Amino acid sequence: MSELHTAPVPRRNLELVLLLLALSVGAAAFFLVGSSSDANDNTDFFVQTGILAGLALLMHIMLRIFAKYADPVILPITVALNSLGLAMIHRIDLAKTTDQSMRQLLWTAIAVIIAAVVLWAIRDHRMLRRFTYIALLASIILLLLPMIPGFGVTINGARIWVRLGPFSMQPGELAKITLSIFFAGYLSSNRDLILMAGRKLGPLQLPRLRDMAPMVVAWVLSIGVLVVQRDLGSSILFFGLFIVMIYVATARISWVLIGLLMVAAGGVFAATTMSHVTRRIDVWLNAFSPEIYQARGGSMQIVEGLFGMADGGLFGTGLGEGSPYRVPLANSDMIIASFGEEIGLIGLSAIVLLYMLLISRGLRAALGSRDTFGKLLAAGLSFTLGLQCVVIIGGVSRLIPLTGLATPFMAAGGSSLLANWIIVALLLMISHNSRRPMLGGVGPTDEVATPGAMTTKAVKNV
Amino acid sequence: MNQAIKRVWVALTMMFVVCLAGLSYIQFFSAEKLADNSLNKRQLYREFDLPRGAILVDGKPIAESVPTDDGQFTYQRKYNNPEEYAHLTGYYSLANGSTHLESDLNSWLTGSSSDLVFDRLTAMFTGKKAEGASVELTIDGELQKKAYEMIPDGLRATIVVTDPKTGDILAMASKPSFDPNDLAVHSTVKAAENMKKLTNVKGLSPYINPAIGNLVAPGSSFKILSTVAALESGEYDLNTVLDNPTRIVLPGTNTELGNFEAGICARQPRAKLEFIFTQSCNTPFVNISEKLGEKPYEDVTERFGFGQQLNIPQSVTASVFPTGMTASQLAMSTIGQFDTKTTSLQMNMVAMAIANDGVIMQPNMIDKVIAPDLRVIEDPKPKAFSTATTKEVADTVAELMKGPVQSGTAMNAAVPGVDLRVKTGTAQIGDTKLVNSWITGFAPGDDPQVAITVNIEQVDYDTGHNTAGSLMKKMTEAVFNK
Repeated sequence: MSELHTAPVPRRNLELVLLLLALSVGAAAFFLVGSSSDANDNTDFFVQTGILAGLALLMHIMLRIFAKYADPVILPITVALNSLGLAMIHRIDLAKTTDQSMRQLLWTAIAVIIAAVVLWAIRDHRMLRRFTYIALLASIILLLLPMIPGFGVTINGARIWVRLGPFSMQPGELAKITLSIFFAGYLSSNRDLILMAGRKLGPLQLPRLRDMAPMVVAWVLSIGVLVVQRDLGSSILFFGLFIVMIYVATARISWVLIGLLMVAAGGVFAATTMSHVTRRIDVWLNAFSPEIYQARGGSMQIVEGLFGMADGGLFGTGLGEGSPYRVPLANSDMIIASFGEEIGLIGLSAIVLLYMLLISRGLRAALGSRDTFGKLLAAGLSFTLGLQCVVIIGGVSRLIPLTGLATPFMAAGGSSLLANWIIVALLLMISHNSRRPMLGGVGPTDEVATPGAMTTKAVKNV
Repeated sequence: MNQAIKRVWVALTMMFVVCLAGLSYIQFFSAEKLADNSLNKRQLYREFDLPRGAILVDGKPIAESVPTDDGQFTYQRKYNNPEEYAHLTGYYSLANGSTHLESDLNSWLTGSSSDLVFDRLTAMFTGKKAEGASVELTIDGELQKKAYEMIPDGLRATIVVTDPKTGDILAMASKPSFDPNDLAVHSTVKAAENMKKLTNVKGLSPYINPAIGNLVAPGSSFKILSTVAALESGEYDLNTVLDNPTRIVLPGTNTELGNFEAGICARQPRAKLEFIFTQSCNTPFVNISEKLGEKPYEDVTERFGFGQQLNIPQSVTASVFPTGMTASQLAMSTIGQFDTKTTSLQMNMVAMAIANDGVIMQPNMIDKVIAPDLRVIEDPKPKAFSTATTKEVADTVAELMKGPVQSGTAMNAAVPGVDLRVKTGTAQIGDTKLVNSWITGFAPGDDPQVAITVNIEQVDYDTGHNTAGSLMKKMTEAVFNK
């Protein structure tokens, strides 16, 4: 095992420049959205832009203090995506005279502040390893919360929400972080056992059942609860997370194949026996049939989204000039379609590239990380983000059935925003640890997990 | 481990590339196909969010787009004096589609006409919304109002007034009518409900303008055309004395046809055209048709516009003169029965031809089209539709048309001081007691200003005859301010 070295230079000034760029993109979008409507609410523009800039600067300063070697690209991309999302939500608000964007801004503020707290409180991702089994417990609790009668609520057929006073939360969003922590912690400790012990079956090395038991329990639990809660999107997400983290830990492609086989089997099972999945697939395949279009919970949403994107074409109608509000959930599940319509294929491609870049930076942090836990955690978190994007974009463009996953940082919805900002904080932390100068940067708590770390220690002991 | 992470990156990147390909397919390669999909209402929605041009009469809108805050669309189509103009404007509705002028003038009203391409370009660069053009009609608001109001409620009647020298349609009103505002409401549920209510009204179709869409047997008003055919043949003139028996056996049959019993045709068993035309006797026309054969009638009706496509710009249903008839069928056709069917506008065009020395000017409702910047982008000039007959024949028929008002079937239409020339008609409907009552003509005789046609459908003879005459009288008075 090795890691890639980057010259240990803090790139905070570059980050600041990129941040200003990101903020001006967001502000421009927000301005265009407001100016093309009749409502002369420039106050909204200044309030939202100002708050967003303040939050971005807060995070930037936190990084200067606690993680000054962190990747300089991650935060600006996140801020750009978040502010574009806010602009689109505001745009839909103006058309529908709702007030979602203020709520989203409030959630952004909460998310950024909690991300800053995470940076300040944790500082070094390796301390999370201590909470491996607590993370598992937390995952179970988070996933089970919506099942508690009177506390959980069913929205759009999925029981994944809890109500806390005026706020609705999707605790499952946070579960993807705790599960990643658990998988990373468990796999980094038991990696060798899983790899070495066990019977060989042809080319496949099967691990001993007891080494795999906690993993299987975690997996069965997450999938099981999600099947009961009828949330297809999160099911796919957790399953993917599970496979990828085992693959990264073991580097055995056989795990991926087994995983994909299990996905296929589970998929066929769900498609044939579970009515809501059958329905989803029917809606997906026959989206353009008029009966399915008109049916309740039919393909109207996806088809209207496609019409909107087709309307936008290559260059888009221009922000505020299209009619994305004709698509149900235009500011959350279908926000990709809203962007497709108003900034066209070119603008939407730019957004997709931002996501790719963000995820690449996350995986780059994993590559550079000096400890197995960090590698696994960064890889898992980045993959979660990436898979979310792919599943939602694929769904909106009818490559796969549409599921109710949130578009990271852009879709209206507090829980997802909070979870994804925490993921960004963790990625920043891991990238800081992988880019900071080696000497003196290695504390006594470092476990001897990588040859690189061992060398460091050896040097120190001399 | 790093190898595995790199592979995860490759896998994710590939998935993203597939997503980008999917988006490109939707937004570029199949965008046009999606736009044309029958489920795609975006073009319609877009129209509903744009200020649509107004339809104007005397400079005042009878159909206009007013800003609304119903939350669905930016504009609501509003119709003023809705019942008067319903059969002209039609309606512009999300649920019910659009009809009549709202449909025929759509490319101007939405601004998508090629005449407005410059305005659209300007709008694109200035960021303003492209506005549609307004269309001013030739309709005279006051005449239209009077025409609509003078028709008694409960009758199915139409009045058409045109200027025979230009073809301008000055009034075109029918009852029963409806309120297009009810159909243009944005709520599709309400619109469908209101539409359903309309379909229960007898004699009303929101899809048909009765003046140009209802085909009705013209009865004796068709004798104008039969007389033209007779005069053109050269076999007859004002001095020819014709047999005028009270009853006649139709050629090739045992069926007898009589002159109208309540009339005074019987006073002259042999008569000149003047008497025959004035009293609307039937039997001489049977003899004439036997002598001329079908061909001359075919020619005459075609020249007067039968069987021809016409847009004013509403599409006018072509009137029918049957072909390949037996002698008895031809005889009946020449007095406006059998399968001869005309629209009110067609009969009015007959009067227009006689009034304008035999030349029919193209009937037209568009005065001018005005761009949003008040530039006139279309200003239709009067043009001839057809030369229906010679000036001599037209003049002769015009002379004959004096009779009915002075001493014949249309004395109840006489207006003191106005030289009105008309021909009446009463067409029996099958074996029923009901008739279609007609009166068509022009005034004043020496310098015709207007051609007026009144048609009352499916009415008892007395009501029909009396009302048609009195409507003609009132309409003439309205035109000449008597």
